Amino acid sequence: MNEAATIDSGSTAWMLASSAMVLLMVPGLALFYGGMVRRKNVLTTMMMSFVAMAIIGVQWVLIGYGLAFGQSLGGWLGWSSELWGLAGLPHTRLYADKAIPELVFVMFQGKFAIITPALISGAVAERMKFRSYVIFILLWATFIYCPLAHWVWASEGWLCKLGVLDFAGGTVVHIAAGISALVLALLLGPRRDVQRGQPVLPNNLVLTLTGAGLLWFGWFGFNAGSAVAVEHPVAGGVAGLAFTTTQSAAAAAGLMWMLVERWHHGKMTSLGLASGIVAGLVAVTPAAGHIHPWAALVLGALASLVCYWAVQLKSKLGYDDSLDAFGVHGVGGILGALLTGVFCFTPVAGALSGDFTQLGKQAIGVLVALVFAGLGTLVLGLLLKWTVGLRTTEAAEREGLDLHVHGERGYHFDQT
Amino acid sequence: MKMIIAIIRPERLEAVEEALRAVLDEADHYRLTVDTVEGHGRQEGEVELFRGQKVRNPRVQKTRISIGVNDAYVEKTIGAIVKAARSEGAGQVGDGKIFVTPLEEVVRIRTGERGSQAI
Repeated sequence: MNEAATIDSGSTAWMLASSAMVLLMVPGLALFYGGMVRRKNVLTTMMMSFVAMAIIGVQWVLIGYGLAFGQSLGGWLGWSSELWGLAGLPHTRLYADKAIPELVFVMFQGKFAIITPALISGAVAERMKFRSYVIFILLWATFIYCPLAHWVWASEGWLCKLGVLDFAGGTVVHIAAGISALVLALLLGPRRDVQRGQPVLPNNLVLTLTGAGLLWFGWFGFNAGSAVAVEHPVAGGVAGLAFTTTQSAAAAAGLMWMLVERWHHGKMTSLGLASGIVAGLVAVTPAAGHIHPWAALVLGALASLVCYWAVQLKSKLGYDDSLDAFGVHGVGGILGALLTGVFCFTPVAGALSGDFTQLGKQAIGVLVALVFAGLGTLVLGLLLKWTVGLRTTEAAEREGLDLHVHGERGYHFDQT
Repeated sequence: MKMIIAIIRPERLEAVEEALRAVLDEADHYRLTVDTVEGHGRQEGEVELFRGQKVRNPRVQKTRISIGVNDAYVEKTIGAIVKAARSEGAGQVGDGKIFVTPLEEVVRIRTGERGSQAI
């Protein structure tokens, strides 16, 4: 690796801003999910996102960054002794040839490690033991996220060397979280009242829309900041491209979801628009710096079509992915990763040019992420099921986890 | 004295308040407590959409008004509520109901007055 001689202030400023924006997505996600559950579970659902900031925030400094981006052990995992607690990482050291301090890169990547396990919480909402969830995300971040991030994003990682394109986390973040969400939802079984056919209605879609707005805003840091991997100075043409494709895909997806709903039920819902926006953002994530803006419009629209269909599927198949973590993140991530291989024009041309090589590589990336994260979650989930237990008691589920687990209620509106 | 409790459609509240004002304001001063309640009668709840799934909420939002009146005003009050709360034409399922119960005592907290003058 070539070491850059001096700091580029523009790049550093943009990466600092991007890192903060990605962190803002976590409260955004908490609001997005928190609004969709019932009143009795609003705090525990939001906590599942917030707690990732506390847990993975510590894990990342202690070992996470080293495991994901340390000296590569054969392309499978990173580690360097000086990265233990970041103790041997001088704040003056620059990251590879990127002209930004390595600590800024550590923080940027750390926010990704925080939000990814939090995405899973959507599938287990309203019934998973909080204690088990906390242990689960710590183990998941360490044994599934860090290796996968190393494979795809470290320059020595084996999937990176194979040429799999994942600009900002279609495979590492969304497919990994999505399939893990599905596996956990299956291990947990449906919410007891959902199984009895009780209607479940969101407590506050205003929160959900606010959250979707924060997610959209933060996603510019997520995607345009990820230009750090491919260009230097970092805040350049690719960052601008990723910013534009992110905006385009989210808009097209929001529009398409509204149209599909209008056709299906005759009404355009606010939750539908919010879901479409998120589906589009998910799908453009792996493609952001590799495709043209017009292709992002197509990709976003397709994402809403496919994700809408996937979300309908769950009631037919009978599993209870409470807030559609798999239906949106898993399915949107798979679609985005594959379409990256179709629409990409830089650094390689995709299937549109008649060459299907990249599409094949993308399919390998998708399969690896599905199998590794899916099996890994199955193992972790079963271990927890046999030890701490995954499900709350029926009484707790009925009473609401807010009061039962946290000793609080989210709302006291009647109180003066 | 009677306690009149009416469950009505929320969108009819404005008309009901206006009608009550017209019949009660001359002597039996107009007063009212309003709250939002949920429930169902023959109306079987309302349908909401959740990501393309139809979810039937078994309860509908209604407005409940509570009003205590002196005996001379009971029929006037009932008449006003029925007229204002009934949907256009012959009315519809879900227009609501009025419950009338005897009212034993009324106390005005400020003055300690009791009975019909306190109402």
